[in-house]
Amino acid sequence: MNNVLVYCELSENNTIADISLELCTKGRQLASRLGCKLQAALLGAQVKNIAESLYPFGVDEVLMAEDRRLSPYRTMPHFEVLRRIIEEQKPQIVLFGASSVGRDLAPRIASYLRCGLTADCTSLEIGNHEDVKSGKTYENILMQIRPAFGGNIIATIVCPETRPQMATVREGVMKKEIFDASYKGAIIPVALGDYLDKADKAVEILSREIEEQKIDIKGAQVIVAGGYGMGSKENFELLHQFAHLIGGSVGATRAAVDAGFCEGERQIGQTGVTVRPKLYIACGISGAVQHRAGMEQSAKIISINTDPDAPINAIADYTIIGDAMTVIPQFMAAYKNNLK
Amino acid sequence: MNIVVLAKQVPDTHNVGADAMNADGTVNRAALPTVFNPEDLKALEMALRVKDLMNDVRVTVVTMGPPRAAEIIKDAMSRGADDGFVLSDARFAGADTLATSYAISQAVKQLGKVDLVMGGRQAIDGDTAQVGPQVAEKLELPQITYAEELVAIDDHAITIRRRLERGTEVVKAALPVLVTVTSAANDCRFPNAHRLIRQAKMEVRMTNADSINADMDRLGLKGSPTKVKRIENVVLAHKESVVLQPTDAALNDLSATLIKEHIL
Repeated sequence: MNNVLVYCELSENNTIADISLELCTKGRQLASRLGCKLQAALLGAQVKNIAESLYPFGVDEVLMAEDRRLSPYRTMPHFEVLRRIIEEQKPQIVLFGASSVGRDLAPRIASYLRCGLTADCTSLEIGNHEDVKSGKTYENILMQIRPAFGGNIIATIVCPETRPQMATVREGVMKKEIFDASYKGAIIPVALGDYLDKADKAVEILSREIEEQKIDIKGAQVIVAGGYGMGSKENFELLHQFAHLIGGSVGATRAAVDAGFCEGERQIGQTGVTVRPKLYIACGISGAVQHRAGMEQSAKIISINTDPDAPINAIADYTIIGDAMTVIPQFMAAYKNNLK
Repeated sequence: MNIVVLAKQVPDTHNVGADAMNADGTVNRAALPTVFNPEDLKALEMALRVKDLMNDVRVTVVTMGPPRAAEIIKDAMSRGADDGFVLSDARFAGADTLATSYAISQAVKQLGKVDLVMGGRQAIDGDTAQVGPQVAEKLELPQITYAEELVAIDDHAITIRRRLERGTEVVKAALPVLVTVTSAANDCRFPNAHRLIRQAKMEVRMTNADSINADMDRLGLKGSPTKVKRIENVVLAHKESVVLQPTDAALNDLSATLIKEHIL
């Protein structure tokens, strides 16, 4: 049976990374739709005790490889083990996180297997595809949907002929949901061979420095986000004051991050984080599709923009036409007034 | 020591104008200014740094694209690269990352013994970060991705500080190896005036599919497993949007509503 396989990443404290649990949730939906199993590849030094934590997410089989050379992550040992798992199991779909690990490993695997790989998908669906040239129909294949080229278009990518169909997804794009708290899967140990010795020698880790996560806006209930239209790093300071007043966090577009207005950890969108706050206040943000991909599921959206035709206004519940640098102080005064 | 730097000429996505898209939703490449992909420039700098530190280092820049991509070869050589060429052929057209990495790896194989292959982590027109690791696999080289800093280099090994999801690590690999470099690495040095003048008259070498010993079925659209099924122009679904003028009264009402609805 050709199943759906999720490559699981480990966080620094040796738990399953959130991105992988999100992929398991999506993988479960795809597997149920296809009537196949959901498998998870779990590679690490000590993973037996965490393998079962995958079951509630609807994982039927955990393909588990345990060896000290598999932790911390290094390309070659993981590549050699995972490509053998894929060659043996022949999954129809393999999903990776679009993290520094997934983006290192997935393309190498795709190259080796000579199959397609679509990066940074924002949606994954099962559908049929008719090849216009050959007239051939491919049933129940993976529709890999992602914004492309400057965000002006949404592309649906398919890999009709090659298997597995592989995709990467950014953290936070898919929802992490318990499928069934009492769901029972099975652990299938993966036999390792001498090939690991050679893979082990390729790259040696001399030292690692793990940083405390200082900025994390993923869970924020209120976000004040600024775009390139804020004009400067100094002007971004007003967003921090605003966010502080209303108990929110500051986010930014890629253009604002690239311009140096704020830290990269605050970037929201296809190549940043995806957020779903109660309230999203977009300040000086025009609303490229890559940015919207990371925030359009916000419960309420307010846009503050001098341009009445900014694309972001179309998805905003409230649009305030004006310069954020004057509107925000007014808003802050009005808010303080109402709290009295 | 032979170093190959992989580079790409890309549309300047930071300066996309209103005419960037054709009426049919395809990309109007002619209307886009082009630049040396920023992370590839960082990779070039790292390669030139190795050249500064070691004797007998030769840096060759390889790019794939239309003949116009010769501009970045000249640019790279004016900054200190020794040689470069453009892989340009209609048979490469429509290549996804797999077919691209195949063509590039075949071109690199024609260069003889290579000790280091370096390139940007990703190109700003696609952001996939796939071609580096794919070229590494095809050349059967280990890879060090997300490189931020060259820590040490000698004839046998390279030591690199690389970015992790949360933090950094320092890794050492025996040569040959492929390295992809992020935007956090050092900026590239400026072109040298003498070299600029010399390169102005230079003809950049063009290479086609016939001279890289390639299986033609693995090139271009034919060699690309990913197919674009559908392209949609982004049409925004209009929400019931309330448009407010920034008066104190309007903002007062709005904040009162948000507080009442427990949003703030």
